Amino acid sequence: MSGRGTRTIKVDTLARVEGEGAIYIKMAGDRVSDVKLRIYEPPRMFEAFLRGRHFSEVPDITARICGICPIAYQMSAVHAIERALGINIDPAVRLLRRLFYCGEWIESHALHIYMLHAPDFLGYQDVIEMAKDHRDVVEKALRLKKIGNRIVQLLGGREIHPISAAVGGFHKTPAKEQLRELVGDLEWSLNASLEAVQWTSTLQFPDFEQDYEFVALRHPDEYPFCEGRLVSNHGLDIDAAEYEDRFAELHVKHSNALHSVIRGRGSYLVGPLARFNLNFEKLPDVARKAAINTGLRPPVKNLFRSIQVRAVELVFACAEALRIIAAYEPPSAPRVEAPNRTGVGQAITEAPRGILYHRYAVNENGLIVTAKIIPPTSQNQRRIEDDLREYAAHLAAWPLDEATWKCEQAVRCYDPCISCATHFLKVVIERE
Amino acid sequence: MSSNSKRQTKAAVKPKVGVFKFASCDGCQLSLLDAEDELLGVVGAVDIAYFPEASRKMLKGPYDIGLVEGSITTHHDAERIQEVRRKCRTLITIGACATAGGIQALRNWKDVDEFIRVVYAAPQFISTLKLSTPIAEHVPVDFELRGCPINKYQLIELITATLAGRKPNIPTYSVCMECKRKANVCIAVARGRACLGPVTQAGCGALCPSYDRGCYGCFGPMETPNTAALTSQFRILGQSDEQISRAFRSFNAWAWQFRRASEECKRV
Repeated sequence: MSGRGTRTIKVDTLARVEGEGAIYIKMAGDRVSDVKLRIYEPPRMFEAFLRGRHFSEVPDITARICGICPIAYQMSAVHAIERALGINIDPAVRLLRRLFYCGEWIESHALHIYMLHAPDFLGYQDVIEMAKDHRDVVEKALRLKKIGNRIVQLLGGREIHPISAAVGGFHKTPAKEQLRELVGDLEWSLNASLEAVQWTSTLQFPDFEQDYEFVALRHPDEYPFCEGRLVSNHGLDIDAAEYEDRFAELHVKHSNALHSVIRGRGSYLVGPLARFNLNFEKLPDVARKAAINTGLRPPVKNLFRSIQVRAVELVFACAEALRIIAAYEPPSAPRVEAPNRTGVGQAITEAPRGILYHRYAVNENGLIVTAKIIPPTSQNQRRIEDDLREYAAHLAAWPLDEATWKCEQAVRCYDPCISCATHFLKVVIERE
Repeated sequence: MSSNSKRQTKAAVKPKVGVFKFASCDGCQLSLLDAEDELLGVVGAVDIAYFPEASRKMLKGPYDIGLVEGSITTHHDAERIQEVRRKCRTLITIGACATAGGIQALRNWKDVDEFIRVVYAAPQFISTLKLSTPIAEHVPVDFELRGCPINKYQLIELITATLAGRKPNIPTYSVCMECKRKANVCIAVARGRACLGPVTQAGCGALCPSYDRGCYGCFGPMETPNTAALTSQFRILGQSDEQISRAFRSFNAWAWQFRRASEECKRV
């Protein structure tokens, strides 16, 4: 194996990610000369056709951006519109929205940890192959995922594109007893999540740490879902309304998704690692202890350990869901009626894979004048390319097929959601 | 020994399934992974030969069953669907994008270049068709499974029926039937809410009316829907033509019955 030739790492269809993308890496020896995360998912142009729709339709429409995290799209939409219209929601609705988000995190994290990501660590092509040797693990994963989906189903009617989220609250809110029925399953899930923290800590992690700018919401009392200031480990501390002043979206030729950068600084990282590192002290004791017991403390700078952090967030989501159910009293009305007024509103919420920004301007007829949506994967896109540039250089001496798999794995650590960012991954490494 | 070899023969002829994606949100193919109780059974009965959302393993065709999600919106995809059709013995389209063009078909009434300018800073980098169209406008399709998203139990029924060579039991009547069966009080009659249930195909289990809101048409037009009668009813409820048109123009906007209804109420 000579390290001097040109080589191209090429993955034409990146598997086990949501959407369609490809990776292209060109190398001369151990020097990387070009990296492209190419997103060829066809553009669907939601921001354009949201114009002229009524604000009440927005949560139903934006859900369709992503089948894996529709709740994130509904939550960012309703919070932004509520801000535009000056609506204050009932505290019980606020709690139900957190519970709704717990369901999506449990479902999405269980899917990613076990079905999309774990096969990489254990050397399988997919979870079906993995199930042959680890059937108990896969069955547990499916049960966890199902419980996340049950929460979403109860609050939203169905797991994909739920129908109950509304501006001002929900179309219908559950009775106390309905939520109580989830307790037994959630107690089981909490234990299964603690086991997941243990289990993921036994995996082998490549030695690859980077100096990231982590960006996440921070709330004074809680691990963040829908509220808080947007902060980073490099001094960023802003309200959602200031987002577009501090971040820019760049349009590059090789991608149908726009690249986000922090103005004057460049790439940054959003998602579980960022949330964990910036909000560690806000995790409930049970989640924080589980992390510490497996040697996981902030700052975690190894991207591959995101699988462990997702497991810690599973523990959080189960504990939080149990806390909310115990405290729940139904709101006096399922939703607050929207006043007739114009306005502009922005909101950021924490999708399972990182922050999701929405902005809407609403006119006197309640119609959307402009819409802006910045999904987590387009925010991570530049950072993924930066990581690949470093990581491919580390792998210069590796056989091409193994290096290619490793690069794919690095991208999967981000749990990229390419449908969101526009969609599917190909990796190409070209070596000279 | 003989039962063992029989099992092996059976395993060797497991039908090959491919899952293909076009412009969509991934939600319909995710329904397969969301069938938590049935998933291991399904993958035991078929060979998942191509399903990039779930596996790195990508086996070449031909496939016995091809599940196609998403609509056609680019030149490249218009060519790719021809190739997918050639490789699949039975081609099944899943979800509103594949069967009706999806929400992205709202571009079909607009100037797509203007849409691109709204979303992208460098429009010259974007290549897209003027229309978002269902798969059946491009190639013959053996079965269209409706829904935004599809119902996972209907998907499993459809796969099972296809493997058994029988007709799938997928009703084409309206959401009203499901509402009656659930003993829901009609929200259109009793509470004066606009509801697309009378013209929308069943499949969701009458979800929206069960959550105190009108149906918004996820499963597309039922068999022979009377959209004109519903439009008049919407007017009686005080809906403007603009509102009625928007109601028909959502996730199944380009399905011809809804498309015609949305255009007719604007013409008046």
